[in-house]
Amino acid sequence: MDKRFGTAACWLLVIPYYNSHDPVLLGFPFFYWYQLAWVPITAILTWIAYRSMRHDD
Amino acid sequence: MMTDIDPTALSVFIFFLALVTVMGFVAARWRRPKTLAHIDEWDLGGRTFGTWITWFLVGGDFYTAYTVIAVPALVYTVGAYGFFALPYTIVVYPFVFMVMPLLWRRAKDHGYVTAGDIVHGQYGSRALELAVPLTGGIAAMPHIALPLVGMTAVVKALGLHGELPLAVAFIILALYTYSAGLRAPALIAFVKDIMIYIVVIAAIALIPAKLGGYANVFAAADADFKAKGAGSLLLGGNQYVAYATLALGSALAAFMYPHTLTGIFASNSGNTIRKNAVLLPAYTLLLGLLALLGYMGHAANLKLDSANDVVPALFQTLFSSWFAGFAFAAIAIGALVPAAVMSIGAANLFTRNFWKAYVDPQVSDAGEAKVAKMTSLVVKVGALLVIIFLPTQFALDLQLLGGIWILQTLPALVFGLYTKWFRAPALLAGWAVGFFGGTYLVWDAGWKPLHAVALGDVNFTVYTGLLALAANIVVSVILNAVMPARATARA
Repeated sequence: MDKRFGTAACWLLVIPYYNSHDPVLLGFPFFYWYQLAWVPITAILTWIAYRSMRHDD
Repeated sequence: MMTDIDPTALSVFIFFLALVTVMGFVAARWRRPKTLAHIDEWDLGGRTFGTWITWFLVGGDFYTAYTVIAVPALVYTVGAYGFFALPYTIVVYPFVFMVMPLLWRRAKDHGYVTAGDIVHGQYGSRALELAVPLTGGIAAMPHIALPLVGMTAVVKALGLHGELPLAVAFIILALYTYSAGLRAPALIAFVKDIMIYIVVIAAIALIPAKLGGYANVFAAADADFKAKGAGSLLLGGNQYVAYATLALGSALAAFMYPHTLTGIFASNSGNTIRKNAVLLPAYTLLLGLLALLGYMGHAANLKLDSANDVVPALFQTLFSSWFAGFAFAAIAIGALVPAAVMSIGAANLFTRNFWKAYVDPQVSDAGEAKVAKMTSLVVKVGALLVIIFLPTQFALDLQLLGGIWILQTLPALVFGLYTKWFRAPALLAGWAVGFFGGTYLVWDAGWKPLHAVALGDVNFTVYTGLLALAANIVVSVILNAVMPARATARA
């Protein structure tokens, strides 16, 4: 879990990775669609974490 | 922008507001408990909310009318930098997933209602019990007031003037919250969120088509920023650290507020919270797309008095009047839900950590519910007066400071879930350093939440809240290591 949190944080908080205009997708500059894409990715990672843990309540 | 009264838009608007008013009063009977005269029932809905109710409630309370108005307004003005709300509301959910189920378990097992209860239970310190909820109370105040800024913007767009419409809506809200407690905003949140989803999906699908596609929207904004010489589609090199620390700091602070904690504590299990950490990002997607309305404002060549008008003006120019009325109703209801939850959260703090702790320790369950109900009324009237009589800038500055303040309660509230090593005096000292140090840095920077740091010959700006939190943790750790263990008093 901690690793996943680290992953999402890392890919989003290290800005030079994605602070660029190209490649453009459907008219969206990279800076915008990259961050929007991380919304479903984080949700899926969190869901995998949920599936793989023991539930005590 | 137009300020003539449009009868169609106004009728649709009034219809939906009347609808939620009825729902608010009916809510007292919804999932009817044996009694509403118990603080758990009135302010936590009996801790029975499952995945979907929690999703609507937390979503409705975390993404407010202010967000709908202010995020696009910031993006309209400064560009990429305003987009930090997106990484902020992404990074927050893994944090919720890891920490909040543990906090919920602690609250459920001991019957705790507030952050102050948890801290008192953990450390047995009245001083810390007072510091944490006091911070929460002050930090929540501007959050209660600011959604009204969103509401003011749409009321103005409907052509209504003066504070009367705002006051009427708020008094009705106060009355049904008084009678139904957390059940009222939970029920209304369904309507509000569905309306907001419809509006935003329509907006992001239809508006760009009218404005020549997204490529054109971005190009128009870029051209405007270059002509103005302020704002930009991408971050400047000196904004990197500020953007990242603002996102991370806000994410850590988000679920320390009394209103977000109220939503968490009202859920029925830790798994409900975990599932919500998976599902709530749907709102984040909404927020990200909504932020782009700021750029659409440039593409539509709007002439605005205030950046806060960008969303209402877009709807008014590009949508038919009935749909504009529907959108405005969605935003106005979006102001009512969080205001209700926040006033309930603030009322809990007062009741549990002040009234019960100092005034009447023997207070009965019914007595607690009564005090909380009265307090929620006072809080709402207070917020209304702040918006009517104080300049909006005051609420904005206070909100900014509130984010920094609330972050300082994180060590006391969260560290105890993982370790018993920390003791109250060290945490209290850390809190004080973070709280007052952070406030000083913000004041020193001319009420800006960013602080310039020089590391060798590298200069960058950091979110002050995160700096203050670091100082807070360092002080807590050092003092705790240095102080003799017998100073401990665990209740």
